[in-house]
Amino acid sequence: MPEPRVYRTDSPEKTEELGEKLSREFKGGDRIALVGELGGGKTRFVRGVARGLGSKGFIKSPSFTIVNIYEGGRLPLYHIDLYRIGRADELFEAGVEEYIYGKGVSIIEWADKVPSLLADCTVVIRFSHAGETAREIEVAGGAG
Amino acid sequence: MLILGVESSCDDTAAAVVEDGHRVLSSVVSSQDDIHSKFGGIVPELASRRHIESIIPVVDSALLKASVTIGDIDGIAVTQGPGLVGSILIGLSFAKAVSFVRSIPFTGVNHIESHPLAAFLHETQEHEPPDFPFVSLIVSGGHTTLLLMESHTGYRILGQTLDDAAGEAFDKVAKLLGLGYPGGVAIDRLARTGDPDSARFTRPYIAKGSLDFSFSGIKTAVLTHVRGLKGAIDEKTLSDLSASFQEAVVDVLVDKALWALEATGSANLVVAGGVACNSRLRARLREAAQQEAIRLFIPPPKFCSDNGAMVAALGYHQIKKGATGTLDMNALPTWEGF
Repeated sequence: MPEPRVYRTDSPEKTEELGEKLSREFKGGDRIALVGELGGGKTRFVRGVARGLGSKGFIKSPSFTIVNIYEGGRLPLYHIDLYRIGRADELFEAGVEEYIYGKGVSIIEWADKVPSLLADCTVVIRFSHAGETAREIEVAGGAG
Repeated sequence: MLILGVESSCDDTAAAVVEDGHRVLSSVVSSQDDIHSKFGGIVPELASRRHIESIIPVVDSALLKASVTIGDIDGIAVTQGPGLVGSILIGLSFAKAVSFVRSIPFTGVNHIESHPLAAFLHETQEHEPPDFPFVSLIVSGGHTTLLLMESHTGYRILGQTLDDAAGEAFDKVAKLLGLGYPGGVAIDRLARTGDPDSARFTRPYIAKGSLDFSFSGIKTAVLTHVRGLKGAIDEKTLSDLSASFQEAVVDVLVDKALWALEATGSANLVVAGGVACNSRLRARLREAAQQEAIRLFIPPPKFCSDNGAMVAALGYHQIKKGATGTLDMNALPTWEGF
């Protein structure tokens, strides 16, 4: 696997732009893990990915619904949020694995809640605070 | 006309029997104690496949409490979306099966649109309902939406959250303050003794007059504030932070509801959803309603949070109009427009 790429964004808008740029690399069946604390810019990043893929609909937090489905773009986008998931068996109970292992791109926020799933992701993106609005974003895997 | 309402769009399975779209004969939610005891324990909070196990006991219990049998039911209303797809499918498949076997109509309802219908519900004593068109603020863990209800079955979206729901902000802030789940209740309780002006969080208005919401930034602002604090956070600081955060969210919710009334010329406001149980929001809304001569409707907590009765209420009007479902109807986890 190539060395992780590290990006630094200085605003939520820049984080969104990075998502749009990286979306060009994503292919069907990709499982993209987003890891990082609250307020790290994960949902904004997904909004950029959706724009890059040409997905229809407005990206909102899927914390409550666990999975939001966006179609109409280059690939279906499954925006998954494991924030409310406590254990691996709850992931099964929630019935989201058919999206995670589907034909589209699945982007999984809080993927580190289920370590076996995190290990099975094709791309792992880590978000950390580097100032009030600045974020450091490390991308491991995918097209290097 | 007796309608059985079934709601399974998120964590709870709920069923209710409602007469003519307003008189509630029964309303049962799977998180209730008597349902738990049927399973010999607590039903997990998040487990959409558990809806399969709970749907029949919940419906049975609703029929029993209403003193009716399935043969007395004239139609079924079921949540078709938006929500968690696996969960919605269980309620929807159940409704289709009962409709097919009993040869009675069923109808799929929009979960968000059904929330305002809670304002028409009553048990024994009938009350004056809101006049159309009315503004409804639906505020919960999954939604923050302003609707203009033009009739029982006709609405216009005035605004909604662009990122996190208000209830979600409550839960996430509670978590970062170490208050546990459900966060809304913990913050509400702590905030009562806190100083709402101790930290001045920026109110996310987006733009003057905008009826959309954004609660993602405030969660980051609280996090940044907490990081800037030196030493351990004591009880007083927790109360002050809870009160300051809550005040910022409530300010925005109240102001935008008032802006929506102004923009539409309506004087009737219905507030529903789980966050409508927040005591500060209720108090501030009552104050505003008195000052601005607004007819304010906040249903009791059992009809504010997710329930089957509101689904039955909307379903009644849809069935009366002839808007019934067919057996090939699908779940709409991401309802267009929402």
